[in-house]
Amino acid sequence: MPNSDHDHHHHHDGEGQDPPSDMTLRVKALESLLVEKGIVDPAALDAIIDTYEHKVGPRNGAHVVARAWSDPAFKARLLDDATAAIAELGYGGRQGEHMIVVENTPKVHNLVVCTLCSCYPWPVLGLPPVWYKSAPYRSRAVIDPKGVLAEFGLVLPDDVEIRVWDSTAEIRYLVLPERPAGTEALSEDALAELVTRDSMIGVARVRTPSP
Amino acid sequence: MNGVHDMGGMQGFGPIAAEANEPVFHERWEARALALTLAVGAWGRWTLDASRFARERIPAAEYLRMSYYEKWVTGLTTLLLEAGMVTRDEIAKGRSTPGAPKSTPPLKADRVAAALANGGPTERAVADEPRFSPSMTVRARNMHPLGHTRLPRYVRGRLGTIARRHGAHVFPDANAHGLGERPQHLYQVRFEAQELWGGSNNSAVYIDLWESYLEPG
Repeated sequence: MPNSDHDHHHHHDGEGQDPPSDMTLRVKALESLLVEKGIVDPAALDAIIDTYEHKVGPRNGAHVVARAWSDPAFKARLLDDATAAIAELGYGGRQGEHMIVVENTPKVHNLVVCTLCSCYPWPVLGLPPVWYKSAPYRSRAVIDPKGVLAEFGLVLPDDVEIRVWDSTAEIRYLVLPERPAGTEALSEDALAELVTRDSMIGVARVRTPSP
Repeated sequence: MNGVHDMGGMQGFGPIAAEANEPVFHERWEARALALTLAVGAWGRWTLDASRFARERIPAAEYLRMSYYEKWVTGLTTLLLEAGMVTRDEIAKGRSTPGAPKSTPPLKADRVAAALANGGPTERAVADEPRFSPSMTVRARNMHPLGHTRLPRYVRGRLGTIARRHGAHVFPDANAHGLGERPQHLYQVRFEAQELWGGSNNSAVYIDLWESYLEPG
């Protein structure tokens, strides 16, 4: 990954500025107020956070991709009606109500963005990484997809068409990456281990596992 | 609104700062901010489109300076105030006004899983037939509404091709402003990179656009 400097903790919206130090206090005060007024239940807040920290994340999407690679009938259903096919595996709901899966091939590479805000398929990928919500990605993915991909270390041949999917409505897009060579013997679970979040956004390919 | 949130095609924001092994939240207040936004949303006092518009209304320089979840907290505060659910004084003090009535939260912990699993589908049945069909050429309208819209600047006035129909969906330009859902047919439209940006690179942008954003090409 580019610019993976661990020591700089915050990468908010590419501005390189930390939030004001009072954000902790500000949110604590807001939460106290809303609990006191009976507007929110603090246990419900905990349950929402637990869902996106521990239950819903890119492993769900990896399961979908691995199933599509292993089961041609599932793949056909996935490309025909992704919402229904993904629901077969138990995933769906908020920010994934209307899903479309776009397939990478040797001649077509797909890349997903939301130029207007941060739309992202939560049930299969979880909450988006900071870079996906940042000004640099949102601005450039549509005008310079090749440059964006190169920044992620992915250089595509000139004859590969890049299709950028700008999520302007409530339709959410998931990329079905190409199955890497040399994985014919792998089980569905082993295939799922290879599938990265970035490959399902379209900024990476799935790599052949090292022997 | 021609706001700074409409970033597609802008230049000068620098490189993309991807972070290896990024946590879901960098600080606990971010997790609380997300959860508060979803839990207060369960009151149904405003729509998802109105939430987006609340963030878009953050003044441009502030929008660019703020972190992602700071925008969420700011947008949520705006909506709470506008809906009359809290007062400015209460926000400033972090305490309820003495004697103010206490509500019952609509979203309880044991209903969170079901609420998230249900989500909020936006497809609706409409009586009218779709105006456009796949492979038709269309032009995105050259319009500059002052309110919320999901028609980005970078496609306005440009020619594209209908790639598929999505059925009819809630219309954000109305729904963000309390004007009802007013569902319209929604289309996936393909714009060649050459049409949008000039030059000749081998790429295209697919974007989902409502019928009233489009005219025959």
